[in-house]
Amino acid sequence: MQTEIIISGFGGQGALFAGQLLAYTGLDNGMHVTWFPSYGPEMRGGTAHCVVIISDDEIGAPIVKNPAAVIVMNLPSLDKYESLVRQGGVLVVNSSLVNRNPERDDIQVVLIPANEIAEELGNERLANLVLLGALLNRLDVLSIEQVGEGLKGHIPTHRRNLLDANIEALRRGAELSKEQLEPA
Amino acid sequence: MAKELLKGNVAFAEAAIRAGCEAYYGYPITPQTEALEHMAKRMPELGRVFLQAESEVAAINMVYGAACAGVRVMSSSSSPGVSLMMEGLSYIAGSEVPVVLVDIMRGGPGLGNIAPSQGDYNQIVKGGGHGDYRLITLAPATIQEIIDLTYEAFDIAEKYRAIVVVLADGSIGQMMEPAELPPMQEVRKREDRPEWSLTGAKDRDPRVITSIYIDPAEEEVFNLQLVEKQKEIEANEVRFSSLLLEDAEIAVVAYGTAGRIAQSSVKQARDEGIKVGLLRPISLYPFPYDEIGKVVDQVKRILVVEMSGGQMLDDVRLAVNGKVPVDFYGRMGGMVPLPDEVFEQIQELNTKANA
Repeated sequence: MQTEIIISGFGGQGALFAGQLLAYTGLDNGMHVTWFPSYGPEMRGGTAHCVVIISDDEIGAPIVKNPAAVIVMNLPSLDKYESLVRQGGVLVVNSSLVNRNPERDDIQVVLIPANEIAEELGNERLANLVLLGALLNRLDVLSIEQVGEGLKGHIPTHRRNLLDANIEALRRGAELSKEQLEPA
Repeated sequence: MAKELLKGNVAFAEAAIRAGCEAYYGYPITPQTEALEHMAKRMPELGRVFLQAESEVAAINMVYGAACAGVRVMSSSSSPGVSLMMEGLSYIAGSEVPVVLVDIMRGGPGLGNIAPSQGDYNQIVKGGGHGDYRLITLAPATIQEIIDLTYEAFDIAEKYRAIVVVLADGSIGQMMEPAELPPMQEVRKREDRPEWSLTGAKDRDPRVITSIYIDPAEEEVFNLQLVEKQKEIEANEVRFSSLLLEDAEIAVVAYGTAGRIAQSSVKQARDEGIKVGLLRPISLYPFPYDEIGKVVDQVKRILVVEMSGGQMLDDVRLAVNGKVPVDFYGRMGGMVPLPDEVFEQIQELNTKANA
Protein backbone atom coordinates (compact mmCIF):
# COMPACT_ATOMS: atom_id res chain seq x y z
CA MET A 1 0.00 0.00 0.00
CA GLN A 2 1.16 3.52 -0.76
CA THR A 3 0.04 6.76 0.89
CA GLU A 4 0.85 10.17 -0.55
CA ILE A 5 0.69 13.22 1.69
CA ILE A 6 1.17 16.86 0.71
CA ILE A 7 1.85 19.47 3.39
CA SER A 8 1.64 23.06 2.24
CA GLY A 9 1.92 26.42 3.97
CA PHE A 10 3.76 29.71 4.16
CA GLY A 11 7.55 29.38 4.28
CA GLY A 12 8.46 29.24 7.96
CA GLN A 13 5.26 27.51 9.11
CA GLY A 14 7.08 24.20 9.29
CA ALA A 15 5.43 22.38 6.39
CA LEU A 16 8.73 20.95 5.19
CA PHE A 17 9.77 19.84 8.67
CA ALA A 18 6.43 18.16 9.37
CA GLY A 19 6.91 16.23 6.13
CA GLN A 20 10.46 15.25 7.02
CA LEU A 21 9.26 14.02 10.38
CA LEU A 22 6.77 11.74 8.62
CA ALA A 23 9.49 10.46 6.31
CA TYR A 24 11.94 9.82 9.16
CA THR A 25 9.27 7.99 11.13
CA GLY A 26 8.31 5.89 8.12
CA LEU A 27 11.96 4.93 7.64
CA ASP A 28 12.37 4.14 11.35
CA ASN A 29 9.41 1.79 11.03
CA GLY A 30 10.79 -0.10 8.07
CA MET A 31 8.76 1.54 5.34
CA HIS A 32 9.81 2.94 1.97
CA VAL A 33 9.62 6.74 1.98
CA THR A 34 10.34 9.74 -0.23
CA TRP A 35 10.28 13.41 0.70
CA PHE A 36 10.11 15.85 -2.18
CA PRO A 37 10.18 19.57 -1.32
CA SER A 38 9.53 22.77 -3.14
CA TYR A 39 12.94 24.38 -3.00
CA GLY A 40 12.66 27.84 -4.48
CA PRO A 41 12.62 31.20 -2.74
CA GLU A 42 9.21 30.17 -1.31
CA MET A 43 11.17 28.36 1.42
CA ARG A 44 11.80 31.82 2.87
CA GLY A 45 8.19 33.04 2.52
CA GLY A 46 5.45 32.48 -0.04
CA THR A 47 3.82 29.06 -0.16
CA ALA A 48 6.10 26.07 0.29
CA HIS A 49 5.06 22.44 0.15
CA CYS A 50 6.44 18.94 0.28
CA VAL A 51 5.21 15.60 -1.00
CA VAL A 52 5.76 12.64 1.31
CA ILE A 53 5.16 9.12 0.07
CA ILE A 54 5.08 6.21 2.50
CA SER A 55 4.81 2.74 1.06
CA ASP A 56 5.41 -0.90 1.89
CA ASP A 57 6.86 -1.33 -1.59
CA GLU A 58 9.55 0.39 -3.65
CA ILE A 59 8.49 3.95 -4.61
CA GLY A 60 8.67 5.02 -8.25
CA ALA A 61 7.44 8.55 -8.85
CA PRO A 62 8.18 10.83 -5.87
CA ILE A 63 5.32 13.11 -6.94
CA VAL A 64 1.61 12.53 -7.38
CA LYS A 65 -1.36 14.19 -9.02
CA ASN A 66 -4.05 13.15 -6.54
CA PRO A 67 -2.65 12.65 -3.03
CA ALA A 68 -4.41 10.58 -0.38
CA ALA A 69 -4.08 13.41 2.12
CA VAL A 70 -3.26 17.10 2.23
CA ILE A 71 -2.58 19.47 5.10
CA VAL A 72 -3.20 23.10 4.10
CA MET A 73 -1.76 25.65 6.49
CA ASN A 74 -2.93 28.77 4.63
CA LEU A 75 -5.53 29.94 2.11
CA PRO A 76 -3.40 29.77 -1.06
CA SER A 77 -2.66 26.14 -0.21
CA LEU A 78 -6.36 25.35 0.17
CA ASP A 79 -7.10 27.01 -3.17
CA LYS A 80 -4.36 24.99 -4.82
CA TYR A 81 -4.89 21.55 -3.30
CA GLU A 82 -8.59 21.18 -2.43
CA SER A 83 -9.49 19.95 -5.89
CA LEU A 84 -6.54 17.56 -6.03
CA VAL A 85 -7.22 15.40 -2.95
CA ARG A 86 -8.14 11.91 -4.05
CA GLN A 87 -11.79 10.96 -3.69
CA GLY A 88 -12.27 9.57 -0.19
CA GLY A 89 -9.04 11.21 0.92
CA VAL A 90 -8.36 13.56 3.83
CA LEU A 91 -8.01 17.34 3.81
CA VAL A 92 -6.78 18.93 7.04
CA VAL A 93 -7.31 22.68 7.09
CA ASN A 94 -5.66 25.21 9.41
CA SER A 95 -8.86 27.14 10.10
CA SER A 96 -6.89 29.79 12.01
CA LEU A 97 -5.56 31.17 8.74
CA VAL A 98 -8.19 30.03 6.25
CA ASN A 99 -11.36 32.09 6.07
CA ARG A 100 -13.46 29.82 3.89
CA ASN A 101 -14.80 26.29 4.24
CA PRO A 102 -13.71 23.65 1.76
CA GLU A 103 -16.38 22.84 -0.83
CA ARG A 104 -15.65 19.17 -1.49
CA ASP A 105 -18.15 16.67 -0.03
CA ASP A 106 -16.44 13.51 -1.32
CA ILE A 107 -13.47 13.73 1.03
CA GLN A 108 -12.95 13.89 4.79
CA VAL A 109 -12.46 17.50 5.85
CA VAL A 110 -10.88 18.25 9.23
CA LEU A 111 -10.93 21.88 10.41
CA ILE A 112 -8.32 22.62 13.06
CA PRO A 113 -7.65 26.09 14.53
CA ALA A 114 -3.99 25.13 14.74
CA ASN A 115 -2.52 28.54 15.51
CA GLU A 116 -4.84 29.08 18.47
CA ILE A 117 -4.11 25.62 19.84
CA ALA A 118 -0.40 26.15 19.34
CA GLU A 119 -0.62 29.43 21.22
CA GLU A 120 -2.44 27.66 24.06
CA LEU A 121 0.45 25.23 24.14
CA GLY A 122 2.81 28.17 24.47
CA ASN A 123 4.35 28.43 20.99
CA GLU A 124 2.63 29.43 17.77
CA ARG A 125 5.19 27.48 15.79
CA LEU A 126 3.73 24.19 17.01
CA ALA A 127 0.82 24.62 14.59
CA ASN A 128 2.44 22.27 12.07
CA LEU A 129 2.44 19.36 14.51
CA VAL A 130 -1.10 20.07 15.70
CA LEU A 131 -2.19 19.65 12.07
CA LEU A 132 -0.01 16.59 11.59
CA GLY A 133 -1.58 15.00 14.66
CA ALA A 134 -5.03 15.72 13.23
CA LEU A 135 -4.07 14.03 9.96
CA LEU A 136 -2.53 10.96 11.57
CA ASN A 137 -5.80 10.34 13.39
CA ARG A 138 -7.51 9.89 10.02
CA LEU A 139 -4.82 7.88 8.23
CA ASP A 140 -3.87 4.28 8.78
CA VAL A 141 -0.18 4.90 8.13
CA LEU A 142 1.72 5.84 11.27
CA SER A 143 0.49 6.36 14.83
CA ILE A 144 0.91 9.47 16.96
CA GLU A 145 3.15 7.38 19.23
CA GLN A 146 5.39 6.34 16.33
CA VAL A 147 5.72 9.93 15.13
CA GLY A 148 6.44 11.01 18.71
CA GLU A 149 9.29 8.52 18.78
CA GLY A 150 10.43 9.81 15.39
CA LEU A 151 10.46 13.31 16.82
CA LYS A 152 12.69 12.23 19.69
CA GLY A 153 15.16 10.83 17.22
CA HIS A 154 15.18 13.64 14.69
CA ILE A 155 14.29 16.95 16.35
CA PRO A 156 17.23 19.34 15.85
CA THR A 157 19.43 19.62 18.94
CA HIS A 158 18.69 23.32 19.43
CA ARG A 159 14.94 22.59 19.57
CA ARG A 160 15.20 19.69 21.98
CA ASN A 161 13.68 21.84 24.74
CA LEU A 162 10.47 21.88 22.69
CA LEU A 163 10.18 18.09 22.43
CA ASP A 164 7.42 17.63 25.02
CA ALA A 165 5.47 20.56 23.64
CA ASN A 166 5.69 19.09 20.14
CA ILE A 167 4.44 15.73 21.32
CA GLU A 168 1.58 17.46 23.13
CA ALA A 169 0.78 19.32 19.91
CA LEU A 170 0.51 16.04 18.00
CA ARG A 171 -1.79 14.67 20.71
CA ARG A 172 -4.04 17.75 20.79
CA GLY A 173 -4.41 17.68 17.02
CA ALA A 174 -5.32 14.01 17.06
CA GLU A 175 -7.88 14.57 19.83
CA LEU A 176 -9.62 17.38 17.98
CA SER A 177 -9.64 15.37 14.79
CA LYS A 178 -11.23 12.45 16.62
CA GLU A 179 -13.86 14.71 18.24
CA GLN A 180 -14.87 16.01 14.81
CA LEU A 181 -15.29 12.45 13.63
CA GLU A 182 -17.45 11.42 16.59
CA PRO A 183 -19.20 14.54 17.92
CA ALA A 184 -19.85 14.18 21.65
CA MET B 1 25.51 0.31 7.95
CA ALA B 2 21.89 1.36 8.41
CA LYS B 3 19.89 3.36 5.93
CA GLU B 4 19.60 7.08 6.55
CA LEU B 5 17.19 9.61 5.12
CA LEU B 6 19.42 11.61 2.80
CA LYS B 7 18.97 14.54 0.44
CA GLY B 8 20.43 13.82 -3.00
CA ASN B 9 22.90 16.71 -2.98
CA VAL B 10 24.23 15.82 0.45
CA ALA B 11 24.28 12.14 -0.45
CA PHE B 12 26.48 12.49 -3.53
CA ALA B 13 28.82 14.93 -1.79
CA GLU B 14 29.32 12.52 1.10
CA ALA B 15 29.72 9.60 -1.34
CA ALA B 16 32.51 11.53 -3.08
CA ILE B 17 34.22 12.19 0.24
CA ARG B 18 34.02 8.49 1.06
CA ALA B 19 35.49 7.65 -2.34
CA GLY B 20 38.60 9.51 -1.24
CA CYS B 21 37.93 12.77 -3.05
CA GLU B 22 40.77 15.01 -1.91
CA ALA B 23 39.71 18.32 -3.44
CA TYR B 24 36.42 19.98 -4.38
CA TYR B 25 36.16 23.23 -6.32
CA GLY B 26 32.79 24.74 -7.13
CA TYR B 27 30.45 27.66 -7.19
CA PRO B 28 26.95 27.71 -5.66
CA ILE B 29 23.92 27.32 -7.90
CA THR B 30 20.44 26.02 -7.12
CA PRO B 31 19.41 23.17 -7.19
CA GLN B 32 22.79 21.66 -6.19
CA THR B 33 24.04 24.12 -3.55
CA GLU B 34 23.59 21.72 -0.60
CA ALA B 35 26.48 19.72 -2.08
CA LEU B 36 28.71 22.78 -1.76
CA GLU B 37 27.48 23.40 1.78
CA HIS B 38 28.25 19.82 2.74
CA MET B 39 31.70 19.96 1.16
CA ALA B 40 32.44 23.32 2.79
CA LYS B 41 31.84 21.77 6.20
CA ARG B 42 33.23 18.27 5.74
CA MET B 43 36.34 18.71 3.61
CA PRO B 44 38.23 21.01 6.04
CA GLU B 45 37.22 18.72 8.94
CA LEU B 46 39.02 15.92 7.14
CA GLY B 47 42.03 18.04 6.21
CA ARG B 48 41.03 18.03 2.53
CA VAL B 49 40.49 20.92 0.15
CA PHE B 50 37.23 22.79 -0.36
CA LEU B 51 37.38 25.97 -2.37
CA GLN B 52 34.53 28.16 -3.54
CA ALA B 53 35.92 29.62 -6.74
CA GLU B 54 35.01 33.01 -8.20
CA SER B 55 33.06 31.31 -11.00
CA GLU B 56 32.44 27.94 -12.59
CA VAL B 57 35.11 28.77 -15.18
CA ALA B 58 37.67 29.12 -12.43
CA ALA B 59 36.37 26.07 -10.57
CA ILE B 60 36.75 23.69 -13.50
CA ASN B 61 40.27 24.95 -14.19
CA MET B 62 41.19 24.36 -10.55
CA VAL B 63 39.79 20.85 -10.97
CA TYR B 64 41.97 20.48 -14.07
CA GLY B 65 45.07 21.49 -12.13
CA ALA B 66 44.39 19.18 -9.21
CA ALA B 67 43.65 16.29 -11.59
CA CYS B 68 47.02 16.83 -13.27
CA ALA B 69 48.61 16.47 -9.83
CA GLY B 70 47.02 13.03 -9.55
CA VAL B 71 44.57 13.69 -6.71
CA ARG B 72 40.94 12.60 -6.69
CA VAL B 73 39.05 15.77 -7.53
CA MET B 74 35.55 16.81 -8.43
CA SER B 75 33.16 19.65 -8.99
CA SER B 76 29.41 19.88 -9.16
CA SER B 77 27.04 22.43 -10.60
CA SER B 78 23.75 22.87 -12.39
CA SER B 79 23.01 23.52 -16.04
CA PRO B 80 24.09 27.18 -16.55
CA GLY B 81 27.16 26.59 -14.40
CA VAL B 82 28.04 23.46 -16.35
CA SER B 83 27.75 25.43 -19.61
CA LEU B 84 30.46 27.72 -18.26
CA MET B 85 32.67 24.70 -17.62
CA MET B 86 32.59 23.40 -21.17
CA GLU B 87 35.92 24.87 -22.28
CA GLY B 88 37.64 23.43 -19.24
CA LEU B 89 36.05 20.02 -19.78
CA SER B 90 37.35 19.96 -23.34
CA TYR B 91 40.88 20.79 -22.10
CA ILE B 92 40.63 18.09 -19.44
CA ALA B 93 39.44 15.57 -22.03
CA GLY B 94 42.32 16.66 -24.27
CA SER B 95 44.75 16.12 -21.40
CA GLU B 96 43.38 12.73 -20.35
CA VAL B 97 43.18 13.40 -16.64
CA PRO B 98 40.49 11.82 -14.46
CA VAL B 99 37.75 14.13 -13.20
CA VAL B 100 34.30 13.64 -11.69
CA LEU B 101 31.56 16.20 -12.27
CA VAL B 102 27.99 16.10 -10.99
CA ASP B 103 25.39 18.05 -12.99
CA ILE B 104 22.04 18.59 -11.24
CA MET B 105 20.06 19.79 -14.25
CA ARG B 106 17.49 22.60 -14.11
CA GLY B 107 15.07 24.24 -16.51
CA GLY B 108 16.54 26.11 -19.47
CA PRO B 109 17.75 27.35 -21.89
CA GLY B 110 19.45 30.47 -20.60
CA LEU B 111 18.99 31.38 -16.97
CA GLY B 112 15.79 29.34 -17.14
CA ASN B 113 14.66 28.35 -13.67
CA ILE B 114 15.62 26.09 -10.79
CA ALA B 115 13.07 23.34 -11.42
CA PRO B 116 14.06 19.78 -12.42
CA SER B 117 14.88 19.18 -16.09
CA GLN B 118 16.70 16.77 -18.38
CA GLY B 119 17.43 19.41 -20.98
CA ASP B 120 21.21 18.94 -20.90
CA TYR B 121 21.34 15.42 -22.32
CA ASN B 122 22.78 16.53 -25.63
CA GLN B 123 25.29 18.85 -24.01
CA ILE B 124 26.69 16.19 -21.68
CA VAL B 125 26.18 12.97 -23.60
CA LYS B 126 27.22 14.26 -26.99
CA GLY B 127 30.09 16.48 -25.92
CA GLY B 128 29.39 20.12 -25.18
CA GLY B 129 32.92 21.42 -25.49
CA HIS B 130 34.92 21.51 -28.70
CA GLY B 131 36.77 18.61 -30.26
CA ASP B 132 36.38 14.85 -30.52
CA TYR B 133 35.76 13.54 -27.04
CA ARG B 134 33.05 11.86 -25.02
CA LEU B 135 32.03 12.19 -21.38
CA ILE B 136 31.21 8.96 -19.57
CA THR B 137 27.72 9.82 -18.34
CA LEU B 138 25.90 8.05 -15.52
CA ALA B 139 22.29 8.87 -14.73
CA PRO B 140 20.91 7.92 -11.29
CA ALA B 141 17.19 7.62 -10.56
CA THR B 142 17.34 7.24 -6.78
CA ILE B 143 19.38 8.60 -3.89
CA GLN B 144 21.03 5.20 -3.45
CA GLU B 145 22.00 5.23 -7.09
CA ILE B 146 23.51 8.72 -7.01
CA ILE B 147 25.59 7.59 -4.03
CA ASP B 148 26.76 4.37 -5.68
CA LEU B 149 27.48 5.98 -9.06
CA THR B 150 29.37 8.94 -7.60
CA TYR B 151 31.42 6.60 -5.42
CA GLU B 152 32.31 4.45 -8.40
CA ALA B 153 32.78 7.40 -10.76
CA PHE B 154 36.24 8.09 -9.31
CA ASP B 155 37.43 4.57 -10.10
CA ILE B 156 35.98 4.71 -13.61
CA ALA B 157 37.52 8.13 -14.24
CA GLU B 158 40.94 6.84 -13.19
CA LYS B 159 40.62 3.60 -15.08
CA TYR B 160 40.14 5.44 -18.37
CA ARG B 161 41.83 8.73 -17.46
CA ALA B 162 38.58 10.36 -18.48
CA ILE B 163 35.81 12.60 -17.23
CA VAL B 164 32.81 10.96 -15.61
CA VAL B 165 29.67 13.05 -15.32
CA VAL B 166 26.93 12.02 -12.92
CA LEU B 167 23.89 13.53 -14.63
CA ALA B 168 20.82 14.00 -12.46
CA ASP B 169 18.10 16.62 -12.16
CA GLY B 170 16.84 19.01 -9.51
CA SER B 171 14.41 16.54 -8.04
CA ILE B 172 17.13 13.98 -7.31
CA GLY B 173 19.27 16.77 -5.86
CA GLN B 174 16.48 18.00 -3.61
CA MET B 175 14.49 14.96 -2.58
CA MET B 176 15.18 12.81 0.46
CA GLU B 177 15.07 9.05 0.43
CA PRO B 178 16.57 6.33 2.63
CA ALA B 179 19.96 5.20 1.42
CA GLU B 180 23.13 3.63 2.69
CA LEU B 181 26.50 5.34 2.43
CA PRO B 182 29.59 3.38 1.39
CA PRO B 183 32.67 2.86 3.59
CA MET B 184 35.20 5.68 3.94
CA GLN B 185 38.35 5.50 1.83
CA GLU B 186 41.32 7.54 2.92
CA VAL B 187 42.82 9.95 0.40
CA ARG B 188 45.60 8.50 -1.68
CA LYS B 189 49.13 8.98 -0.36
CA ARG B 190 51.34 11.27 -2.39
CA GLU B 191 53.71 8.42 -3.31
CA ASP B 192 50.76 6.38 -4.61
CA ARG B 193 49.62 8.92 -7.17
CA PRO B 194 49.42 7.65 -10.77
CA GLU B 195 52.66 7.35 -12.76
CA TRP B 196 51.59 10.12 -15.16
CA SER B 197 50.79 12.72 -12.50
CA LEU B 198 52.71 15.94 -11.97
CA THR B 199 54.12 15.64 -8.50
CA GLY B 200 57.38 17.59 -8.89
CA ALA B 201 60.23 16.27 -11.07
CA LYS B 202 62.98 16.24 -8.44
CA ASP B 203 65.12 13.11 -8.99
CA ARG B 204 63.12 11.94 -12.00
CA ASP B 205 62.46 12.88 -15.63
CA PRO B 206 59.88 15.63 -16.11
CA ARG B 207 56.39 14.65 -17.24
CA VAL B 208 54.16 16.71 -19.48
CA ILE B 209 50.36 16.91 -19.50
CA THR B 210 48.99 19.01 -22.31
CA SER B 211 46.14 19.25 -24.74
CA ILE B 212 48.13 20.99 -27.46
CA TYR B 213 49.34 19.07 -30.51
CA ILE B 214 50.41 21.66 -33.07
CA ASP B 215 51.13 19.05 -35.71
CA PRO B 216 47.79 17.78 -37.09
CA ALA B 217 49.27 14.34 -37.72
CA GLU B 218 50.23 14.11 -34.08
CA GLU B 219 46.81 15.39 -33.02
CA GLU B 220 45.22 12.72 -35.15
CA VAL B 221 47.28 10.02 -33.45
CA PHE B 222 46.07 11.36 -30.12
CA ASN B 223 42.47 11.42 -31.37
CA LEU B 224 42.80 7.82 -32.51
CA GLN B 225 43.95 6.90 -29.01
CA LEU B 226 40.81 8.54 -27.62
CA VAL B 227 38.70 6.58 -30.09
CA GLU B 228 40.35 3.32 -28.99
CA LYS B 229 39.61 4.22 -25.39
CA GLN B 230 36.00 4.99 -26.29
CA LYS B 231 35.65 1.51 -27.79
CA GLU B 232 36.85 0.04 -24.52
CA ILE B 233 34.41 2.21 -22.57
CA GLU B 234 31.58 1.21 -24.88
CA ALA B 235 32.46 -2.46 -24.40
CA ASN B 236 32.74 -2.33 -20.60
CA GLU B 237 30.62 0.41 -19.10
CA VAL B 238 27.07 0.01 -20.41
CA ARG B 239 24.58 0.01 -17.55
CA PHE B 240 20.81 -0.15 -17.53
CA SER B 241 17.96 -1.55 -15.51
CA SER B 242 14.90 -3.30 -16.82
CA LEU B 243 11.49 -3.95 -15.37
CA LEU B 244 8.74 -6.31 -16.57
CA LEU B 245 10.14 -6.53 -20.10
CA GLU B 246 9.92 -10.36 -20.44
CA ASP B 247 6.51 -10.49 -22.12
CA ALA B 248 6.15 -6.78 -22.93
CA GLU B 249 4.52 -5.58 -26.14
CA ILE B 250 5.33 -1.97 -25.31
CA ALA B 251 8.64 -0.80 -23.92
CA VAL B 252 9.06 2.53 -22.18
CA VAL B 253 12.56 3.97 -22.29
CA ALA B 254 13.32 6.70 -19.76
CA TYR B 255 16.25 7.65 -17.53
CA GLY B 256 16.73 9.34 -14.17
CA THR B 257 13.66 10.94 -12.63
CA ALA B 258 11.60 10.36 -15.80
CA GLY B 259 12.60 6.69 -15.42
CA ARG B 260 11.31 6.35 -11.90
CA ILE B 261 8.09 8.17 -12.78
CA ALA B 262 7.65 5.84 -15.75
CA GLN B 263 8.19 2.92 -13.38
CA SER B 264 5.05 3.91 -11.47
CA SER B 265 3.11 4.29 -14.72
CA VAL B 266 4.29 0.92 -16.01
CA LYS B 267 3.14 -0.81 -12.82
CA GLN B 268 -0.21 0.99 -13.02
CA ALA B 269 -0.61 -0.13 -16.64
CA ARG B 270 0.31 -3.71 -15.71
CA ASP B 271 -2.50 -3.63 -13.13
CA GLU B 272 -4.81 -2.84 -16.06
CA GLY B 273 -3.45 -5.82 -17.97
CA ILE B 274 -1.34 -3.84 -20.43
CA LYS B 275 1.83 -5.71 -21.38
CA VAL B 276 4.36 -2.97 -20.85
CA GLY B 277 7.88 -2.89 -19.47
CA LEU B 278 10.57 -0.33 -18.73
CA LEU B 279 14.14 -0.07 -19.89
CA ARG B 280 16.00 2.57 -17.91
CA PRO B 281 19.43 3.48 -19.26
CA ILE B 282 21.83 4.19 -16.39
CA SER B 283 24.86 4.90 -18.54
CA LEU B 284 23.90 7.48 -21.18
CA TYR B 285 27.37 7.35 -22.67
CA PRO B 286 28.00 4.57 -23.39
CA PHE B 287 24.35 4.21 -24.40
CA PRO B 288 22.68 0.77 -24.18
CA TYR B 289 22.08 0.55 -27.95
CA ASP B 290 22.37 -3.24 -28.07
CA GLU B 291 20.09 -3.80 -25.09
CA ILE B 292 17.38 -1.63 -26.64
CA GLY B 293 18.05 -3.36 -29.95
CA LYS B 294 17.20 -6.69 -28.30
CA VAL B 295 13.96 -5.35 -26.85
CA VAL B 296 12.93 -4.13 -30.31
CA ASP B 297 12.77 -7.72 -31.59
CA GLN B 298 10.05 -8.42 -29.10
CA VAL B 299 7.88 -5.28 -28.70
CA LYS B 300 5.41 -3.60 -31.04
CA ARG B 301 6.04 -0.02 -30.00
CA ILE B 302 8.41 2.04 -27.92
CA LEU B 303 7.64 5.10 -25.81
CA VAL B 304 10.43 7.46 -24.82
CA VAL B 305 9.73 9.71 -21.83
CA GLU B 306 12.00 12.63 -20.97
CA MET B 307 11.95 15.93 -19.15
CA SER B 308 13.10 17.54 -22.39
CA GLY B 309 11.86 18.07 -25.92
CA GLY B 310 13.33 14.71 -26.97
CA GLN B 311 17.09 14.42 -26.70
CA MET B 312 17.75 10.81 -25.66
CA LEU B 313 15.00 10.10 -28.19
CA ASP B 314 17.61 10.32 -30.98
CA ASP B 315 19.73 7.61 -29.37
CA VAL B 316 16.72 5.36 -28.89
CA ARG B 317 15.83 5.83 -32.55
CA LEU B 318 19.37 4.83 -33.52
CA ALA B 319 19.02 1.70 -31.41
CA VAL B 320 15.58 0.88 -32.83
CA ASN B 321 16.82 1.53 -36.36
CA GLY B 322 13.33 1.97 -37.79
CA LYS B 323 12.14 -1.52 -36.81
CA VAL B 324 9.19 -0.37 -34.67
CA PRO B 325 7.47 2.99 -34.19
CA VAL B 326 9.03 5.18 -31.50
CA ASP B 327 6.66 7.57 -29.74
CA PHE B 328 7.70 10.39 -27.44
CA TYR B 329 6.29 12.11 -24.39
CA GLY B 330 8.21 14.98 -22.86
CA ARG B 331 7.71 17.87 -20.49
CA MET B 332 10.00 20.86 -20.63
CA GLY B 333 11.05 24.02 -18.88
CA GLY B 334 11.20 22.46 -15.42
CA MET B 335 7.83 20.69 -15.61
CA VAL B 336 7.92 17.14 -14.28
CA PRO B 337 5.59 14.59 -15.90
CA LEU B 338 3.09 13.05 -13.49
CA PRO B 339 2.77 9.27 -13.45
CA ASP B 340 -0.86 9.64 -14.61
CA GLU B 341 0.25 11.48 -17.74
CA VAL B 342 2.72 8.74 -18.67
CA PHE B 343 0.09 6.11 -17.88
CA GLU B 344 -2.30 7.78 -20.35
CA GLN B 345 0.42 7.73 -23.00
CA ILE B 346 0.94 4.00 -22.39
CA GLN B 347 -2.81 3.40 -22.69
CA GLU B 348 -2.90 5.26 -25.99
CA LEU B 349 0.09 3.33 -27.31
CA ASN B 350 -1.51 0.07 -26.28
CA THR B 351 -4.57 0.92 -28.33
CA LYS B 352 -2.38 1.74 -31.33
CA ALA B 353 -0.23 -1.37 -30.84
CA ASN B 354 -3.28 -3.63 -30.84
CA ALA B 355 -5.27 -1.80 -33.52
